[in-house]
Order: sequence, then structure tokens, then C-alpha cells
Amino acid sequence: MNAVVEEHLNHDHKPTGIGRWLFSTNHKDIGSMYLWFAFTMFFIGGALALIIRAELFQPGMQIVEPEFFNQLTTLHGLIMVFGVIMPAFVGLANWQLPMMIGAPDMALPRMNNWSFWLLPAAFGLLIASLIMSIMGMGSAPNFGWTFYAPLSTTYGPDSTDYFIFSVHLMGISSVMGAINVIATIMNMRAPGMNYMKMPIFVWTWFITAYLLIAVMPVLAGAVTMMLTDRHFGTSFFDAAGGGDPVMFQHIFWFFGHPEVYIMILPAFGIISQIVPTFARKPLFGYSSMVYATASIAFLSFIVWAHHMFTTGMPVAGELFFMYSTMLIAVPTGVKVFNWISTMWKGSLTFETPMLFAIAFIFLFTMGGFTGLMLCIVPADFQYHDTYFVVAHFHYVLVTGAAFSIMAAVYYWLPKWTGNMYDEKLGKLHFWLTCISANVLFFPMHFVGLAGMPRRIPDYALQFAEFNQMASIGAFVFGFSQLIFLYVVIKCVRGGKKATNEVWEGAKGLEFELPSPAPFHSYTTPPQVK
Amino acid sequence: MRAVSRPLGLACLLLASNPSFADYQLNLKPGVTSFSQGAYDIHMIVMWICVVIGIIVYGAMTYSILNHRKSNHPNPAKFDDNTTVEILWTVIPVLILLGIAVPATKVLLAMEDTSNSDMSIKVTGYQWKWHYDYVGEDVSFFSNLSTPIEQIKNQAEKTENYLLEVDNKIVIPVNKKVRFLFTANDVIHAWWVPALGVKKDAIPGFINESWAEVPEPGIYRGQCAELCGANHGFMPIVLEAKSEADYVAWLDSKKAEKAAADASGDKTWTMEELMAHGETAYMTSCAACHQPGGEGIPNVFPGLKDSAIAIGDVSKHIDVVVNGVAGTGMQAFGPQLNDADLAAIITYERNAWGNNTGDMVQPSDIKSAR
Amino acid sequence: MKTVQSNQKETNNNQAGDTGLVIRKLLLLVAFMFGFGYALVPLYDVFCDVTGLNGKTGDKISFTKAPIVDESRVVRITFLASLNESMPWSFKPKQSFIEVHPGKPETIYYIAKNTSNKSMTGQAVPSVAPGLAAAYFQKTECFCFTEQELKPGEEKLMPVTFIVDSKLPEKMNELILSYTFFTSNKTNKKLTPSQKLSLNQDHKL
Repeated sequence: MNAVVEEHLNHDHKPTGIGRWLFSTNHKDIGSMYLWFAFTMFFIGGALALIIRAELFQPGMQIVEPEFFNQLTTLHGLIMVFGVIMPAFVGLANWQLPMMIGAPDMALPRMNNWSFWLLPAAFGLLIASLIMSIMGMGSAPNFGWTFYAPLSTTYGPDSTDYFIFSVHLMGISSVMGAINVIATIMNMRAPGMNYMKMPIFVWTWFITAYLLIAVMPVLAGAVTMMLTDRHFGTSFFDAAGGGDPVMFQHIFWFFGHPEVYIMILPAFGIISQIVPTFARKPLFGYSSMVYATASIAFLSFIVWAHHMFTTGMPVAGELFFMYSTMLIAVPTGVKVFNWISTMWKGSLTFETPMLFAIAFIFLFTMGGFTGLMLCIVPADFQYHDTYFVVAHFHYVLVTGAAFSIMAAVYYWLPKWTGNMYDEKLGKLHFWLTCISANVLFFPMHFVGLAGMPRRIPDYALQFAEFNQMASIGAFVFGFSQLIFLYVVIKCVRGGKKATNEVWEGAKGLEFELPSPAPFHSYTTPPQVK
Repeated sequence: MRAVSRPLGLACLLLASNPSFADYQLNLKPGVTSFSQGAYDIHMIVMWICVVIGIIVYGAMTYSILNHRKSNHPNPAKFDDNTTVEILWTVIPVLILLGIAVPATKVLLAMEDTSNSDMSIKVTGYQWKWHYDYVGEDVSFFSNLSTPIEQIKNQAEKTENYLLEVDNKIVIPVNKKVRFLFTANDVIHAWWVPALGVKKDAIPGFINESWAEVPEPGIYRGQCAELCGANHGFMPIVLEAKSEADYVAWLDSKKAEKAAADASGDKTWTMEELMAHGETAYMTSCAACHQPGGEGIPNVFPGLKDSAIAIGDVSKHIDVVVNGVAGTGMQAFGPQLNDADLAAIITYERNAWGNNTGDMVQPSDIKSAR
Repeated sequence: MKTVQSNQKETNNNQAGDTGLVIRKLLLLVAFMFGFGYALVPLYDVFCDVTGLNGKTGDKISFTKAPIVDESRVVRITFLASLNESMPWSFKPKQSFIEVHPGKPETIYYIAKNTSNKSMTGQAVPSVAPGLAAAYFQKTECFCFTEQELKPGEEKLMPVTFIVDSKLPEKMNELILSYTFFTSNKTNKKLTPSQKLSLNQDHKL
């Protein structure tokens, strides 16, 4: 480290006390808050999953009532989607985007703060409804994270209104965050960094931010329509008043499908950063990666009804959505091939981030294969609303998105903290997590094909063995995440000092900064050649 | 290597460790109709294509992991594009997808033609049971889960068709194109019988249709496939395909059953008859929510043991059961059960679990209350 | 990537103005997409009207001139009746099916009876199967156009006059017309949350 930087660090004053966090306008602190929030929610959502898997360990009802089981599955889905995956990616965006483009902070630092603090408020509401339910004060939301009408409108419990408010808060947080990301990327790139020189993680977040702005307002519209149907006499989804429950599904999935791409595009960006580093080779096909990401984002708007093949759509509709969904396999395949080509004839080492990245490529691809199977309409009639679907989306979201987040944390932790994490423990966390995730989710393919529907608290005897396997995998998976927690805390508190570069093959503006990155970095933008 | 075979290897190990290997169904079954066969065929085609692509892709990755490590490949190549290869791996997948789309389209088009059916059955999803109405015949009935609650609560040994058995099966004749017309009474349900390859949403206020032609007699089981509230997992479907002659006999027996049930509404019942019949009917229609012991589920379904309604005014009790309670989960059972069933249930509720009011409700009381 | 100190002032000035514009445009996009969500509602209805998706038949049709009757073709229409939830009416079609020639107006009847002891208003919702046939099923009179009020014990004959458009696709010769009667939102009294709670507390009613 040179003298200039050292001096800078000595004068690197951060605010102190609780005010530092409540009123933060610093992208690093806000990024940390998002990440810790997501990590906490991961354990809460995970605990709910463990109760679910404990109940499903054997046929028969042992632990919870069916009604409460529905609350568990609903809250588990809502927490994982809106409280873990999305905030974690936003946290990574906050930490990394300014450093990667050579900017001092996000474009709108105060709005950044509000975006974060809305989330504890939103989830406080949601989790409070669960606690109140346990205390006997009425049901928490119990209609699945997809909250179809009329189960959620006419038949929804009183907590549904809290749920609606909570979704509005989360939506506002996401939209504000997305506006911030776009403004930052468009206006604050260092001189010389034109769009096609941006790191690929920046590109994927750029595109994700546009998706967020396009579809979160539609979700807001859908829950507002629910609210007015429940309390203000409208009949959007009530056939008695001329409405249509199937229309709810169209509106929801118009949001819902881009939403799942929102949850995977940043993951693609992370993998595209990590693999070149540990292959010591540039990313293969940078521009086709950008175009592929943009195509996936565009296609995500025209496939929504593949979630609705059993609603009674005319054949023409079914065919259209089948074909458009099949098309998504093409750009996604391109990305997978590009990652493998990046590895090809590189000089590979397998530190923990690379292990997670490789596992991502293998296992996300597995989820992609089942996705292709699911979009074939006649076959989907047998898969829809079974555990085959549950297996598919957990492969793409857990061994896909969640693994990429873990990879990113291991990859960038030394930059954030200045300390190397414990590599042995990291690898232990990886192997336990990877193996247990497969023990947990792979059998779900089998029971789904054998006829087990989803969202049921009890099942016929022929599904018992695989459910037992899955439950064992679940508990190993859940407790293995405590290792991750330990590794992160240990790294924050100390460890082998990290260099600026951190990893031998690492490239990017963030790796030209010291480790830990100063509280204020790139206050003077670098000139990029 | 590890990463490729790990999930499969693990699954195999776990499978092999259990002696009753034959119980583990790993794959979809072809089923008994052209739908289910079509679904199975296209499922297998796509699955094998995915397997082949997987072998190629995972094979390449594994090769790279083994041979391009820093320890045995210390000088990384510098290439970062290759236009030919990129074009190939964009075009070839498109061709593969076309190869999948053509048979998939064919199978789907064959499935969606409901014309020229031989008979129709209206299937209505309720919370949490199915109702079958044979269009043009005077045969209609509810189909409730018949697995005893003791088995669900682990107080009794679970029998073979645990959770997949009902009191009244839906019966169809073989070799006839049966059209199913789906709707729902309350929320969205979905009717699914895997062996028939039929799954369709049942939507309140709307009619959906599908069809099946079963070539041979047999019993086929399915479940509700759309989250519909607390007992979504407890409303199965059992369909029996019978020969033409047996089907006609069954229709006749159903009509006779209904006539007998209607007639039973005219006679006067003894307390013993009411209690015996009431207990059976209560277990079928009421116990899922109010529980076999009448204790209910706190804050979800009220208990009937020691309750004001079961001990108090009889006409109020009859009103609640026959007309339901608007805005709650208590449905009106008037349209669902006949006078004799209702009288017996209410009598049972008023005298079981220590309620002991001594009240007897006759079917004629119900009739006048309607 | 090689980096060099740059001219800070220059970049800062450009940023402030550009950011404001970007934010305004994005907020506009947010507002537009929120409106689009609501616009999906009428768009969906228009789409259903035009294509008959979901089996929703349209509103009352009136003809300026009599349509041509296709005597050579017979379409069989089966009638179904359903009640939503616990609606205390009896509701059934007077005739279980009819065979019609496309283009010829026909009138059929449903019979509804209020078996409760209160006056009630109901709303009938029609549905046609196959869904695509709905576009060809035109009603000139239907009890589903308005809410129907029945006094306690009252039984009423409810007519539907319709014409099957002769352009109905060749393969569709068997149609289903189904009505579901819902309690109209006027009559439907929902319990307040505290009323519901009092039903469930202490396991007692």
C-alpha cells in the first residue's frame, strides 16, 4: 500500500453510533445492511421450511394443523423471494456497482437509505402476522406466495390486508432501488468506461433494474385491486360482480415471470465475474453475454401464461406460450456455453467462490432442463402444481440464485473486510450445502412425477421414502448455513490480510482499491483506458 | 466427475439401501388414455434430449475441471470469442427446439378436441370435496375423503390407499368418450387423475372442459391440484371405469340409493338409528373441521362439545347446519345432504361427547325448516 | 484496466443534470406501468369479448336485420345450473338440452326459487364451453343481464333468448351453456372481523 492511500485510510472517518446505520448514505454501509437483512431473513424463511419438512418427514399430521401449514408455505415463499434473494442482490449491487464503475457512491444516496429501511418495516408486518397467528389471533396469509383470487380476496383472512400493505412497501423499496441503479450506471461511470466496457455484473443489474421498474408497479396494481375487491366494492376478480379469477392470474404472472428473471439475472452476472477470475482467462463472448441477457429480459415479458396451462386457455394461447418459453432456452444456453468456454483451457483453481460458481453452472442447468420439460404443454398437464415444479424452481433459485449469492459473498468479502475468510471452513460449507441441497431437492422430481401435488401437508404412502430423504437433506442444509454465518462473522473480525487484488486472476476497478475498500472510494473518478 | 455423478450417485445409494426398491416410482407412467400416453411420450422425448445435452455439457465441464487446472495447465489460453462456435451453439439449440415443438404441438392438438362425446359429467370442486353430476341422468353425489381421521392423526395404522380413498367414486363406462365439465363452488380447485392425463382448473362461475376415453376397467386415483384452503390435501378423486353393463347397473343402483334416501326422510327414526347414522355421517361430512371428538381446532373451527349451539335452541342449530353461517367457513349443508342425514347429524351433535340433550331431530323437522 | 486521475469537475456537473432527467423518465415509466396494470383489466375484457376466451359471453346483442338460418346444421346445447357457495336457492334449467339451427333465435328457460326466508338478490354468471364458442353465442335477452330479486319462497321462470352464429366453427356441434347464481353483493352480508372472532374464541359458539 502506498503512502497516499494509507493516509486516506487514517482519515477515513465513518459516522458512529446507531445514526451511522439509520441515516446512512454510504453505499457500502447500505450494502452491508441489505446483506445482513437478507441473511437474517434466510434463517427465518429457512426455519419455516424446516417446520414444513419436519411435518412432511412422514405421512400423517404430526406437528402442525393443515391451516397453519398453508401459512408456513406462504410465508416461506414470500420471505425467500422478497426478503432474501432480492435484497441480497440489491446489497451486492450497492457494494459493488459504484466501485466497479469508478463512482464514489450511488446516484441517490438518501433514497438508497429509504429503500433499505422500508424492508424491515415491510417484513416486520408480515412476520408479525405470523406471530399473531401463533398466538391465536387469526391466520397469517395462507394462500401461497402467488395469492390467487378468490382464495386471497373473498376467502382471505384479515391479515391479507397487512400482506397487501407489506407488498406495497417492498415494491416501493425495489422500484426506488432500481431507479438508483439505472441513474448510477447511466450517469456515473468513470470517463472511458463506455457501456461495452462495463463489468458484466453491472450489465446484468442494469437490465434487472429495468425489469423491476416495468413489473413491480403491475404487482402493486394487482394487490391494490385485491384491496378494493375486499373492502371497496370492486369486482376485479369476483365472478359475481362480472370479474374473473383467471384475470388475476394473468396480471400476477405478468409480474411474476419477469420477477423470476429479476432473481436470476444478477446471478448470471456474478458467475460471469467469478469464473474468469479463477480461470485466469477473460470472459468468453462478452458481447453475446450482454445480448443474451437482454434477450432473456425481453422474452420474459411474453411467457407469463406458461404458469396457467390448466386454466382452460384456448389451444392457440397454449401454443404461443409454449413456443415463446422454449425460445428462452436459446440465450440461456448461450450463457452456459460461454461460461464453460471461459473455463476451457484456462488455469483453474477451486477456491470457495469458484466451487459455488461451478455448482451453479451444473445445477442451475439442471433446473433449466426441467424448465424446458415444464413448458411442453401436454406434459405440463401432468407436472403442473406437483412437486416436479417445486423441484424445478428450487434448483434454479437455491442451487442457482442462492449459490451465486454465496459465491459473491465469498468472492468479495476480502475486499469488503480486508481479511481473507477461512478457506477450509468455506469449502466445508460448500460441500455440505451442495450435497444436502441435492438430497433435499432431487427426490422432489420423483415424487412429483409419481403424482404428489404441491402445497399439501400430508401425502399418500407411496411418496413416503423420497419425502423422508428430502427432509433429511433439508435439516443438513439448514444447519450447514450456520457454518456460513460463522465464516462471515469470523472474517469480519479478522483473518489473513487481503491484498488489493485479493485473487490472482481478478480484474476490475474494485480490485484496484485497497482491501478493505475505503469508506469513500473513487471520490475522484479514475480514467479508464 | 464428482459434481456430475454426485446427485445421481447419492440418489442411487439411498435407493439401493432400502429393501422395498419396487415402491419408488421414479418416472411418469403412461396411464390408460391417449392423453396420458401422449403426455408420457413427449415427456420421455424431452427428457432424453435433456440427458444427451447434459452429458455433452457436463462432460465438457468435467473435462475442463480435470485437465485445465492450474496444476496441470499453468498457461491459460487468451481467446475470448469464436464466431463460428457461437453461431453453431445458437442455431443447433433452435433446431432441437423445433424438433421438440412439432410432436408437442401434435399431441396437444389431439387433446383439445372435445367434440362428439358420448356422455358428460359436471364436476364441481367444493371446499373440500368433489361433486359429480351426470348430465341427463338423475344421478349426482358428493365424493368425500374416507380415510378415517384416526389414521391421519397417527392413532391408527395407515391403510393402503391412505388419503386416496373416497366414499362415492366417480364411475364411467369404458370405451366411451366421457366429457368432463369443471366448475367450482367457492375458490379455484383443480381436478387431476394422472392415469387419465387430465388436469383442469375448476373455477367458480366458469366452465372448463376436458375428456377421457378409458379402454379397460380399473380404478384410478388422483388429487386436487390447486391450493384451495386448509384441506386442499384431503380431497382426492377416485375414478372407476366399468364395463358398459356394469356401468348401467351402477347407474341404476345410484338411482335406487337416492330413492331410498329420499324415502328415509319420510319415516320416523329411533334415537339409536339417529345416533348410529349420525355418527357415520358426522365423520364423513363434519369431522374434518369439527374433529371426531367435537373439540374443533382453536380459533379456526369452533368446537361443538359443550357449545351453546349444540346444547341450546334446536331450531337455531338446524339453521346453522342447513343454511351455514355467511362469511365463515361453515357451509350450508342443506343443499349437500338429505333430510335423513341432516337430522341424524344434528341429533348426534346434540347428544355425543357428553352434550346429552336427549333431543331427537326427525327428517321431517329438517324438511319443514328448509 | 489502466486508470489515471481525471478531471473531477467536468464529470460532476454533467452528472447532476443528467440524473434528474433519468429519474424523471424512470418515474414516468413507473407510473405508466402502474396504469398498464389497471389497463390490463379492460384489455382483458376486450380480448375475451373478441375471442370468447374463458367462455364469457358478451352483453346484450341486437340485430338490425334478421340473421340467415342454416337449416343444414344442428348444434346441440346442453344447459347446466350451479349455485355459488351456500346460496339458498334452487336453480335448474327447464329443459336439459336443445338442438338448434345456427341463425335461428331460440328461447329457453331456467327456473329459480328462493328457498330461504329472506328476500334475496342474485346475479347469474354465464359460461360457455368450449370457450371459443362463446364469441358465436349471442344473447338478445338473458336473466343474467340484470340482478334478479326473489322474495322468500318465490319461484320464477327466467328466460334466455339467443342465436348461435352460423359462423360457429364446423367442429363445434356440442356446446354447454352454464349459469352460476351468486348472491349479489348487495344481499351478501359479511361478518365483521370481530364477529368472526367471537365465533371462534374459547371453542364455543
